[in-house]
Amino acid sequence: MNMKNLIFTLLFFAVAMFQSSFVKAEGEEEKVEMSPENRHCLQCHGNKYYSFYNEVAERTEHKLMNPYFVIDSVSYLQGEHQGHYCTDCHLEDYNTYPHAPELKLEPKISCLLCHDFSAIEEEVSQSVHYEALGDQFHCELCHDPHSNKIVKSNIEELIEYNNSRCLNCHNNIDKYQLLVSHKNPEILKTHSWLPNQTLHFQHVRCIECHTAVNDTAEALHHILPKEQAVRKCVECHSTNSMLSNKLYKYEKAKDPKGGFYNTVILNDSYVIGANRNKYLNNISLLIFALTFGGIFIHIVMRIIKRK
Amino acid sequence: MESKKMYLYPVWLRIWHGVNAICIIMLIVTGVSLHYADMEYPFMSFGLSITLHNIFGVIALISYVIFFAMNRLFLNGLQYRMKLKGLMKRLIDQGKYYMFGYFKGEPKPFPISEENKFNPLQRVSYTVTMYILMPIVIITGIGLLYPEVIMDEVAGVNGIQLTALLHAIMGYFISLFLVIHLYVASVGKHPLKNYKSIVTGYHEHE
Ligand code: HEC
Ligand code: HEC
Ligand code: HEC
Ligand code: HEC
Ligand code: HEC
Ligand code: HEC
Ligand code: HEC
Ligand code: HEM
Repeated sequence: MNMKNLIFTLLFFAVAMFQSSFVKAEGEEEKVEMSPENRHCLQCHGNKYYSFYNEVAERTEHKLMNPYFVIDSVSYLQGEHQGHYCTDCHLEDYNTYPHAPELKLEPKISCLLCHDFSAIEEEVSQSVHYEALGDQFHCELCHDPHSNKIVKSNIEELIEYNNSRCLNCHNNIDKYQLLVSHKNPEILKTHSWLPNQTLHFQHVRCIECHTAVNDTAEALHHILPKEQAVRKCVECHSTNSMLSNKLYKYEKAKDPKGGFYNTVILNDSYVIGANRNKYLNNISLLIFALTFGGIFIHIVMRIIKRK
Repeated sequence: MESKKMYLYPVWLRIWHGVNAICIIMLIVTGVSLHYADMEYPFMSFGLSITLHNIFGVIALISYVIFFAMNRLFLNGLQYRMKLKGLMKRLIDQGKYYMFGYFKGEPKPFPISEENKFNPLQRVSYTVTMYILMPIVIITGIGLLYPEVIMDEVAGVNGIQLTALLHAIMGYFISLFLVIHLYVASVGKHPLKNYKSIVTGYHEHE
């Protein structure tokens, strides 16, 4: 390839790449748009700073927004309530600023007002959290109504998103101590018995170990006391790995391939003990048997010849 | 023939060999217990196996590095070089000796000397084990100890799976080597003679 061709080729790829990213960005934007009504709220709640006209001082003021009151519009538009107006869940009175002081006293809306999740509610009320903290521990602590979504496409993403639900609070001393006065146990320290922790937390969900065995939408809300958490490695690291029934239950139907046990896991992980291969195991046993057979015959010959 | 002693295994080699043997045996036991981990028939707790396997793996690595370095520095390394020409014939000759000649009391086709302490079969199997199987099992083992360094995907297959598979297969071949090695070392006038040599360093001529 001469110099000119090379330059043209590179140019071609550059243009192609630019175009494809351009097209993609456009496609994403088309899906859902933030309504103008929501934009009104987000001009303050979408940023670190907000400004408003102070009628008493008669000037525009710039202020810091409480970081916990910032709504990320990107994840809002990916969440399952993407199509909702803010005022579907919050009172219309929020349209005026300063917000009226009574609004602070108004209880926030609950998921349960619009959805019938009574079976889940039942399980949540049996979880360690509810038992320790009661009503304070509401659904929204794990499901941010402004971004909650169900990830089903990609296991790795699903795990990360799911664990962030727990880690958002268990790794955040401020949020944690909003509920209890004692110190946040450090997740990494309390799980120091688990080797390759980062790898584990990337490949299994917290609820794998912290809920009962069956993985229904309801049962996975029943967080057990820590004494009952899974600690036995072989629960996962064996041919009848519970991962096949929990994390990978949706994919269970797939055929085993190449003689591996628990094939469904293999797309994302290799779990020692759970993913052994039937064929290889059989061949290896056969070779060992032949070797020992050969040695045995040799020994017999030695004994016979010695006489 | 009068009994003559040859000094075949210097101190470092004997120490290496002892350490290595202990490590490999522990690695095989714990490795098998990991690979065949089971709920109903726990041979050894999974966590303990992981810990022991890691510890002995690291010791085996260090011991291998020493073996490798010493063989480069000293003449012992020459024992692991071989001419490819006629190798097949030499292997077959030695094999025949083990299968037939040995029982008929024929002389050894390749008698031991200080310059040439291995017979062709030993030479090939030691070289393959020490310079092919061991490096692969060690490198894949390091990979599994630090799974972050392993590529996520190789040709559409999970990188950790490939690494673990290679590790297990190589470990299997080393176990196979060990079984044969242990048995063949007992072949001779007196079954325990060679075992004594690897402890004392001296080989007694027959
Ligand atoms: C001019 C900026 C501004 C606009 C516009 C605005 N807010 Fe606020 N909002 C704030 C600030 C600042 C706070 C922090 C508390 C305060 O100062 O009252 C707040 C607090 C809140 C709170 C938390 C109340 C609490 O203490 O629990 C909610 C909920 C809220 N706003 C909803 C909305 C909604 C919904 C809209 C749009 C309909 C909206 N806000 C529009 C600035 C604004
Ligand atoms: C599906 C219902 C729903 C929608 C839609 C919704 N919110 Fe909320 N919002 C809630 C609930 C419930 C809470 C209370 C959360 C809690 O107590 O943890 C809340 C809390 C807040 C808070 C206070 C944060 C806090 O931690 O107390 C702000 C600010 C807020 N919402 C702004 C908005 C804005 C701006 C929009 C529109 C872009 C919006 N909300 C849309 C349900 C909703
Ligand atoms: C104002 C009423 C309202 C509140 C409050 C509300 N939701 Fe929703 N939610 C809806 C509506 C309406 C939909 C359907 C949206 C659509 O299909 O576009 C929905 C969709 C969903 C979905 C997706 C269901 C599906 O079949 O796709 C889930 C999951 C969900 N909400 C969970 C929650 C959770 C968890 C909360 C509390 C944090 C909550 N919702 C609070 C009205 C609400
Ligand atoms: C301790 C955190 C936590 C609390 C509290 C909590 N959830 Fe969940 N919720 C989860 C997790 C984790 C999932 C798993 C999502 C998945 O399938 O990956 C989930 C899933 C869900 C789903 C989707 C189930 C599915 O897979 O179809 C719904 C609906 C839901 N929760 C509703 C609720 C409601 C309603 C409440 C309050 C009564 C609540 N959650 C309280 C953590 C929590
Ligand atoms: C909003 C904060 C918050 C979230 C989100 C949260 N937790 Fe907790 N969790 C707590 C607090 C606070 C405690 C301590 C309760 C106590 O000690 O009284 C706790 C305690 C626990 C305990 C220990 C129970 C015991 O026996 O001592 C476990 C296990 C636990 N959480 C698991 C989870 C899992 C798994 C998730 C995600 C599905 C999760 N938590 C989400 C706040 C949270
Ligand atoms: C492999 C299984 C496993 C996984 C995965 C796991 N845990 Fe645990 N967790 C346990 C066990 C077992 C204990 C009990 C430890 C003890 O009592 O020493 C525990 C204890 C805890 C505790 C209580 C700590 C204390 O001492 O009070 C919390 C909180 C907790 N886990 C949260 C989480 C969160 C959040 C995640 C996800 C990032 C997670 N766990 C993932 C098994 C697991
Ligand atoms: C909830 C299921 C679960 C439990 C319980 C569990 N593991 Fe794992 N473990 C996994 C998964 C999944 C992976 C695979 C991650 C990957 O490689 O993709 C893994 C990987 C590992 C690895 C890393 C292998 C490598 O590639 O280097 C080690 C070591 C390990 N586990 C040891 C343990 C030990 C020891 C215990 C018990 C104390 C344990 N695991 C308990 C699910 C589990
Ligand atoms: C308990 C286990 C072991 C015993 C009893 C043992 C015994 C012996 C004996 C008797 C010899 C002398 C060879 C001969 O004269 O034929 C020897 C040499 C040797 N063994 Fe082992 N062995 C053991 C484990 C291992 C393991 C695990 C390895 C490697 C993975 C190994 C590699 C070697 C090598 C490379 C030599 C040649 C040493 C040299 O360079 O001179 N052995 N062993």
